[in-house]
Amino acid sequence: MTNYDLIIIGGGSGGIAAAVSAYDNGISSILLIEKEAYLGGILLQCIHNGFGLHTYKEELTGPEYANRASSELLKRKINYKLNSMVIDITPDFVVTYTNKEEGYQQVKAKAIICATGCSERSRGAIAIPGDRPQGVMSAGQAQKYLNIEGYMVGKKVFILGSGDIGLIMARRMVLEGAEVLGVAEIMPYSNGLNRNIVQCLNDYNIPLYLSHTVKEIKGQGKLEKIVICKVDDKLQYIDGTEQEISVDTLLLSVGLIPSNPLIENLGVEIHPRTKGPIVDESYQTSIPGIFSCGNSLHVHDLVDFVSLEGKKAGFFAAKYIKNELCTNQKVDIKNGVGVSYVLPTQVDIQNIDELQINFRCVKPFKTCYIIVKNGDKVIKTIKKPYLVPSEMEKVVIKKDLLQNLDYLTVEVVDG
Amino acid sequence: MYDVIIIGAGVIGASIARELSKYTLKVLVIEKENDVCEGTTSANSAIIHSGYDPEPNTKKAYYNVLGNKMYDKICQELDVSFRRNGSITIAVDDEEAKILDELVERARLNNVEVKILNQQELQEIEPNITKKAIKGLLAPTAGIINPFELNVALMENAMDNGVELSLNDKVLKISGEFGNYQVNTTKSVYHSKYLINASGVFGDEINDTINKSYFEIKARKGEYFVLDHFDNDFIKHTLFNVPSSKGKGVIVAPTTSYNYIVGPSSEFVDSKDDVSTDYITLNQIKKSATNLVDNIDYSKQIRQFAGLRAVSSTKDFVIDSPKKGFINVTGIQSPGLTAAPAIAIDVAKFIEEKELKVTYNPRRKPIVRMKNLSLEERNALVKQDPRYGNIICRCEKISEGEIVDAINRNCGATTVKGVKKRVRPGFGKCQGGFCEVSVVNILSRELNKNILDIEYGKKGSNVVSNKMGGASND
Repeated sequence: MTNYDLIIIGGGSGGIAAAVSAYDNGISSILLIEKEAYLGGILLQCIHNGFGLHTYKEELTGPEYANRASSELLKRKINYKLNSMVIDITPDFVVTYTNKEEGYQQVKAKAIICATGCSERSRGAIAIPGDRPQGVMSAGQAQKYLNIEGYMVGKKVFILGSGDIGLIMARRMVLEGAEVLGVAEIMPYSNGLNRNIVQCLNDYNIPLYLSHTVKEIKGQGKLEKIVICKVDDKLQYIDGTEQEISVDTLLLSVGLIPSNPLIENLGVEIHPRTKGPIVDESYQTSIPGIFSCGNSLHVHDLVDFVSLEGKKAGFFAAKYIKNELCTNQKVDIKNGVGVSYVLPTQVDIQNIDELQINFRCVKPFKTCYIIVKNGDKVIKTIKKPYLVPSEMEKVVIKKDLLQNLDYLTVEVVDG
Repeated sequence: MYDVIIIGAGVIGASIARELSKYTLKVLVIEKENDVCEGTTSANSAIIHSGYDPEPNTKKAYYNVLGNKMYDKICQELDVSFRRNGSITIAVDDEEAKILDELVERARLNNVEVKILNQQELQEIEPNITKKAIKGLLAPTAGIINPFELNVALMENAMDNGVELSLNDKVLKISGEFGNYQVNTTKSVYHSKYLINASGVFGDEINDTINKSYFEIKARKGEYFVLDHFDNDFIKHTLFNVPSSKGKGVIVAPTTSYNYIVGPSSEFVDSKDDVSTDYITLNQIKKSATNLVDNIDYSKQIRQFAGLRAVSSTKDFVIDSPKKGFINVTGIQSPGLTAAPAIAIDVAKFIEEKELKVTYNPRRKPIVRMKNLSLEERNALVKQDPRYGNIICRCEKISEGEIVDAINRNCGATTVKGVKKRVRPGFGKCQGGFCEVSVVNILSRELNKNILDIEYGKKGSNVVSNKMGGASND
């Protein structure tokens, strides 16, 4: 069995950045395992532009971003395998993968970084009632049919959920000649980035139905109709508001869930809100030696932030392998009022120069304050013109403010 | 001229087909859908009932008890997933506890082994059942089966032994008499000596095309939740509510692939095609299930589905010959799946002139289930065919080799749903979100069909609508 210092599972933007960063921090015994035929992960089907504004200071398409990122990995001659699916990790870090050429192989690692991305919530996960015809699919699945396979999935389209992929696909379907009849969002506000609402819906006159959902799906073999209706503030259907719409395609953009079946089997602790693993400032999970980054940790808005997170995870995994990571002074970081989750949820300040806490707010705020507390004591306050749940926010705290830590809390309050 | 034509390729039609394939008979199965296992067999509780429940001295009771005993051998011969996990009927109040005592007497009359469990015994063997449970009835011979695998395997084995299957073929008219029945369908005109009506919820309509009407079949819908795998020991037995006048109530049960199902509801519907779900019924199911398990985590739900029971006005299975050579085998609602193989043996007795075939082989070629093999076994397969090393379905860990095999056998898959029913890609958490595109490509390659012609499920449910960019379609 081949031994590596570090095995990275997933060759998307998170895994690539982690591999490059671990390599640059002194770890050369690395194996990255990717299930698809190319490096780049989901970026390869995201052929629209808007990627890389932070990382490369220019607007790239998904495949261009993937290409730039993976060239860094290739330059360093880091080992990687394509078309290879990891099917198991044991408690002593034996990783089983399989591909057509080698069959089932086992390799062993000192540390593992899981960068396995996320999956889309399905119709079944949100229990949309009605018939079960063909024509109801996740937006990312439709994106794959169009952008990778070159086939259209329908001509009269409705979209449930205003997540970014749904908005991107609304525009994409129009550009390919489909009629997009609308986007329904169960919340009273959009769940996508504002720029996508403007560029993908407003610019194409696609109506956005806020506080609406799909109540019923109709059709025997093929989707024929959907019934949409308004929902009240408890998200329950309001009788009498139903509208029947004839469509052949219903795309679902109803949430992304971090995908971690391999380490969930190992018993890694899962965050109830993000559905990804709980990590500390080093991106280490509850199982020492297993690190997590990217959309399998928590769902990101921008790939640039995934790359940054991968870079950090690679850096700390390298420290772990070199026995330089401290874990004896951990304090908790909690979400206070107005905040749905914080990441990381623990910090050992011996490992860092400054602490970046990522978080999402629970609802849209106008002028408001982000407040960071150590115990009851406020250590940092930031005024914001607005905050929305669809945009991940961060607060960076210098180390000198992090002395005598009890526990940290992040809150958002109206200004 | 066929000796026997069977109308319907559900578990009843397929069981009869396999039974008749033992004999030197020319047999044709006609199915209106584009695959076998598209009606009641595809959407039920997947339980091999023990047989304590049906009213004694009914066909239901008789065939249930006989059929139950046959499944070990059938599943071994046909390589079908089956587990005798036992069932427990759970009483949550004194009235229900009293009914359990009556069921013990029924079990005795039906000759089925059962055992009463007290509160403490219940909690010991199923720690996650409701704390409200005061008494239980354990039936150790009850089991769970993969009904898709079973239906496909029965037909595949029947075809291996010479039975013909015509899909997408709907019966329009039946005429003639014993010795020369004529069946006009959407595809052809067939002739046969015998005709067997195994058309499920449509059984009365088929009968009425040639016979005087003497029963009516109504469709009673059952809706269900399916949960993802999360803990193989969460619930081990099939848990039943105490049966009432409306049926067996809801169940919480593991499946052979360690998912969990919760359901069914029980409502008569007007349309025999109506397998829709609705939120009011789904919420009622959740409520009923609290009398079985206190904390079902519906955040693990991955699908809801509904199926139709074929309920006969005769209140029992309809298994008889109202006219020489024409045999009705319909109204086979619960415990029909269990009863099917026993029914098939008796139906075969209606065929008078038949001889055993020396070439009959009761076994079908085993199915490869990579998930269950050791690494060495897997690599031996990859050496023979590298496609066994290529995982297509990441949720259920299904390889390309398994999918190709499911397409290329007798009674092979021709649709995305057909692949799903046989080897499970699309049954996992992503519900095909990741793997459907790959399955479509494999179907197109193996069947030598244009991608535009690949259907998801029913006829006309093509997965993609057109090739982009205005290029030609080939």
